[in-house]
Amino acid sequence: MRSASEPAGEVEGDQGEAEPRLNRVRLLLVAIGLIGAVALDFLSRSPNRLLSGQPVPWGVIIEGGRIVAFAPAVVILVGIFMPGRRGLHLAVALAAAILAASLLWLAGDAALRLFDPAAPAARTSFGGAFWILEAATVLIAADAMQRLGLSPAARLAAGLALTLPTLAVLFLGGADSLSILKEYANRREVFAEAVLRHIQIVGATLVPTLLIGIPLGIAAFRSARLRGPLFAVLNVIQTIPSIALFGLLIAPLSGLVAIAPALGALGISGIGATPAIIALTLYSLLPIARSTAAGLEQVPVSAVDAATGMGMTRGQIFRSVQAPLALPVLLAGLRVTVVQAVGMTAVAALIGAGGLGAIIFQGLAASALDLVLLGVVPLVALAVAADVLLKLAISMMRRNAA
Amino acid sequence: MSLAPADPAPARRPFAIDPLVVAFLALVALVFGMPWLKPVFAALFPGQERPLFEQDSFWSLTLAHIGLVAISSAAATLVGVAGGIFVTRRSGREFRPLLETVVAMGQTFPPVAVLAVAVPLLGFGPAPALIALALYGLLPITEATVAGIESVPASVREAARGIGMTKRGILFGVELPLAAPVVLSGVRTSVIINIGTAAIASTVGAKTLGLPIIVGLSGFNTAYVLQGALVVALLAIVTDLAFDRLGRHLGSWKG
Repeated sequence: MRSASEPAGEVEGDQGEAEPRLNRVRLLLVAIGLIGAVALDFLSRSPNRLLSGQPVPWGVIIEGGRIVAFAPAVVILVGIFMPGRRGLHLAVALAAAILAASLLWLAGDAALRLFDPAAPAARTSFGGAFWILEAATVLIAADAMQRLGLSPAARLAAGLALTLPTLAVLFLGGADSLSILKEYANRREVFAEAVLRHIQIVGATLVPTLLIGIPLGIAAFRSARLRGPLFAVLNVIQTIPSIALFGLLIAPLSGLVAIAPALGALGISGIGATPAIIALTLYSLLPIARSTAAGLEQVPVSAVDAATGMGMTRGQIFRSVQAPLALPVLLAGLRVTVVQAVGMTAVAALIGAGGLGAIIFQGLAASALDLVLLGVVPLVALAVAADVLLKLAISMMRRNAA
Repeated sequence: MSLAPADPAPARRPFAIDPLVVAFLALVALVFGMPWLKPVFAALFPGQERPLFEQDSFWSLTLAHIGLVAISSAAATLVGVAGGIFVTRRSGREFRPLLETVVAMGQTFPPVAVLAVAVPLLGFGPAPALIALALYGLLPITEATVAGIESVPASVREAARGIGMTKRGILFGVELPLAAPVVLSGVRTSVIINIGTAAIASTVGAKTLGLPIIVGLSGFNTAYVLQGALVVALLAIVTDLAFDRLGRHLGSWKG
């Protein structure tokens, strides 16, 4: 996306751009973090999980020299005024990753010290300042990594490495006294079941999606007459809000089961996983069919001609020339599909499909933020994981094709 | 999550079967005519004592829904277009990778998650829904604005500079008009996502067309679910078709 007409930089490899004397991106993110830290609470403490909490003063959180946790921020501050060197970007990325872990440890440590055996129901939860500081830290790390100009695979590996400090704090129990992890501890089994169920629904959706979507895409590629109406219909489906489509399927499906009770025995009903999978498949057909057609369209005519000249049959050309060359584009469509399906499966909890959405809506109904977060955080993590994995597959495939 | 681009070369159809007109009339008829459909729902769902959602009129729910989406989308468009313009200027170019990172992250963030987090933080009711929708709607609009301005050929910009146009003149007279169809497609994506997410906002007490669906789901009243789902689905389809029409209009005007 970067234009090629940028002036060449003094330092080779630094994106070929001359870096200004002040890194204004870092400055902005640090300013946002500071404003958040001053204006909002880092932690709040409430008598139980349903009541809203009182802010925990900064003095308590950084009591007894714990301000040292902010030491990595010094490197980031230096990075504002001394930009331009690869080594410095690397140091800033590392410092930001350590700071992200330190913030979590600070929160967990404060929660542990605030624990009072006389009030076991009391909860310590993240406040707005925690989230803003974490977000600013992650963005500072991402910005520094971008300036390193790594290849996609190296960037992914480095990105994973940078999450290690935070994972270490989590797995060593440094955050166990925080409310969200208490919610987790209380419903370990329900949580594992919800995650599994969520993945199952998304996975089950992919089977009919690929079985129907790919042939539809191939048909659209071969027949111009079919293409217009097909994509028009799929586009209308895509437009319908997920909650409405889930709702619209309840009546016909329960009607169907009433007519043919044998279907009910197969586990089909108006609520639960069946309408969820049907609706998610309907949504997924557009990106899959469109990317299949688009992938086949971008296969160079010369490649097909050469294969024809070599005496290959139509089936052989499709299998060994068109399909492999179309695959990266199809995978890009699959990525959109999976990320979208992970999000929409959460809504499917409203029609009793279970999954992480069930935890989220349970939390919303009880207005228990930490319970909502227990659903939202893994939901986002699932979407990001699917996104990262498929992106990696696409970039590897593109490199092989090139 | 991107919606399909406008199909090329719409054939001139007789007015009577214009899908936009048909869908719009169906929406209006459903919103105002729902009370008269009571016998139909009673026959469809014989087990229900109250086959029609009557807590609020569908007209007031539709109005509230449209209001929520309109205000949040207007705010998102204003900020998103301004942000997109900023990062394509010389002074803001440095922030472009940051913006792209945020947009990429935002695309993996499910809209339900935005709503779910905003509500407990900001309290219940329409205010958190409004903020969540506006924030989420920002991403596609900003992205489309950048892509649209980027797609303006450098030669056109040079020509405008050559005839002595000011920077502001080039932006408002050349870049934005040429980028308008792409920006509009971003606004379209944002509004359509917002119509769906706003319906879910009824799980947290905002008055929207999602209310009959939620009430119906929790009370095992499929008739309510059907009524709400039909109206909100039609509203989304009408809006999408209207954007499609507007996009064609802009495209043909551009020549």
